[in-house]
Amino acid sequence: MGLQRTPLYSMHQKYHGKMIDFGGWELPVEYRETGIIAEHHQVRKQAGLFDVSHMGEIAVRGEKAESFIQQLVTNDISGLKENQICYTPMCYPDGGCVDDLLIYKYSAENFLIVVNAANTDKDFAWMREHKPAAGVSLDNMSASYALLALQGPLAQDILQNICNVNLQTIKYYWFLPSVKVAGYDCIVSRTGYTGEDGFELFVAPEHAADLWEAIITAGRGAVLPAGLGARDTLRFEAKLPLYGHELDEDISPLEAGLGRFVKLDKDSFIGKEALLRQKERGLQRILVELEMIGRGIPRSHYEIFVNGQNIGWITSGGFAPTLNKNIGLALVKKEYANPGQELDVMIRNKPVKACVGKGIFYRRSR
Amino acid sequence: MKVKADYYYSEEHEWVRVEGDLAYIGITDYAQHHLGNTVFVELPENESEFAAGEVIGVIESVKAVADMHTPVSGTVTAINEELEDSPELLNEDPYGHYIAVLKMTNPEELKALMNSEQYAAFCEQQEE
Repeated sequence: MGLQRTPLYSMHQKYHGKMIDFGGWELPVEYRETGIIAEHHQVRKQAGLFDVSHMGEIAVRGEKAESFIQQLVTNDISGLKENQICYTPMCYPDGGCVDDLLIYKYSAENFLIVVNAANTDKDFAWMREHKPAAGVSLDNMSASYALLALQGPLAQDILQNICNVNLQTIKYYWFLPSVKVAGYDCIVSRTGYTGEDGFELFVAPEHAADLWEAIITAGRGAVLPAGLGARDTLRFEAKLPLYGHELDEDISPLEAGLGRFVKLDKDSFIGKEALLRQKERGLQRILVELEMIGRGIPRSHYEIFVNGQNIGWITSGGFAPTLNKNIGLALVKKEYANPGQELDVMIRNKPVKACVGKGIFYRRSR
Repeated sequence: MKVKADYYYSEEHEWVRVEGDLAYIGITDYAQHHLGNTVFVELPENESEFAAGEVIGVIESVKAVADMHTPVSGTVTAINEELEDSPELLNEDPYGHYIAVLKMTNPEELKALMNSEQYAAFCEQQEE
C-alpha cells in the first residue's frame, strides 16, 4: 500500500526532508541541513515551520451539535465562547481514551474538531455511533485542509508581516476563521504542540505550498522547516501528552494527570461513572516525571522496577535538548509516585537508576 | 557521503583502521547520517573479548537505538571515553573518532570486509 502524501510534499523535497512512514503518511522526520536538535533549538529560540496536514479535522454541525459534543468529551464546553478552543480527552465508558482533541467553536451549532492523524477514522466512527438520530451532522473534512504550524517566540512578529489582522487580538487557545495570510484565506489559531508561542494555519490544500514559501520568506532566515522528530522532542520536553504514549484506550485522563480537563461535575458524559469511581477509589497508577541518575536514555515502553518488582513503564522518554538531560514520563503504581522516589529503568536488561521528579520539564518564561 | 581510503568497511556501516595487529573500529559517515544526532554511546569494557559480528557497543540518536557490531574478533585494548560526554563527535567527524580498539585474534577476517571503493558502491546501492 502506498503512503499518503500531504499537500506540502513538494516543500519537503525542496528543503531536503528525510522522509519516513509516519502512521501511513510520508512525512519528514528532519531536514538534511538542520537535523532534529538544531530544529528543536530553532523553535525554542526563533521559529520553526511544521507540516501537520496529516492531522484530522471533523466538522460537527446542527442544532444539537453542542449537546452532542458535551456528552462525548470529558471537558466542559458549555462556557466556550465563539472563536474559542478547548482541549479535551474523549473517553470510552470504562474511562480509557478514544483520543484527545481540540474543539474549535464557530457557534453553538458549528464546531471543528481536530484529532490525531492515526485516530481520524476511529474517532469519526465513534462519533457517528453516538450521534443522535437528528440535529447533528458529521463531516470528515481532513482532506479539505492543509495544516501548517508556525511555532516559536518570533512566530507572531513573522506572521504579522503577511497577515491582515492584528495577531495580538488572537489570545492563547482562540482562533479567527477567516484571516488572509499572504493573500490566502486561513483559519488561524494560537495553538501548538511545542511549549512555545505560535500559530496553526488551516488552508486549502492547493495553496499550502505557496503559503509555506510565503512564511519562510517572511521569516528572513528566522524561520526554518522543522520535522516530526523535533515536534516530538519539543512536545515531550514541554510535558505535552501524546496519544498512544501518555494516553490510550487503557489509560484514563486522570491517570495521565489531565484531571483539569475532566469535569466530573458536569451532566452525563461517556466515561463519567468510571472516572468518578476511579477518583473516589483513588488512582492506582500515576504519570510521573523521571530524571536519570545513572547513564542511559529512558525510552517509551522500557519497564520500571523497584526491589525486583515491575511497577510501571516509560510512556515517553529521551534526550531533552533544551534541558540537556535524559528525562522520561512514566506510568507507575501510586506507592512509587512521590518525588524523590528512586527506581530502576530497565535499559537493555540492565537496571539504571532514576528518580521521580517534579517540575523538571520545560516551561517557557512569559 | 564521505568514505576514507585505506579503511575496511562492513555491510553494517562500521569501519576498521588497522595499525599492526590493532583494529580501530567506528561508525561510517553513512551510519551517522542515517542515525541523526547521536546523544548516547555505550562502550564495551576494556579487556573484554568479542567475536566478529558480536554487539560491542550501542549508539543512540534522538530517535533510534542502534547496536554496533565489531567487524573483527579480538580483545578490547582501548575505548574512546570522550564519546561518553560528547556523543555528537560521531556526527561531526565519524572517521576521526573510534569506538574501541581491538587486538585482533584473526586478521584474516579483514579479507571479508569491503575496501573504500566497494563500500562507496555499496552505500549507493543502499540508497536506491
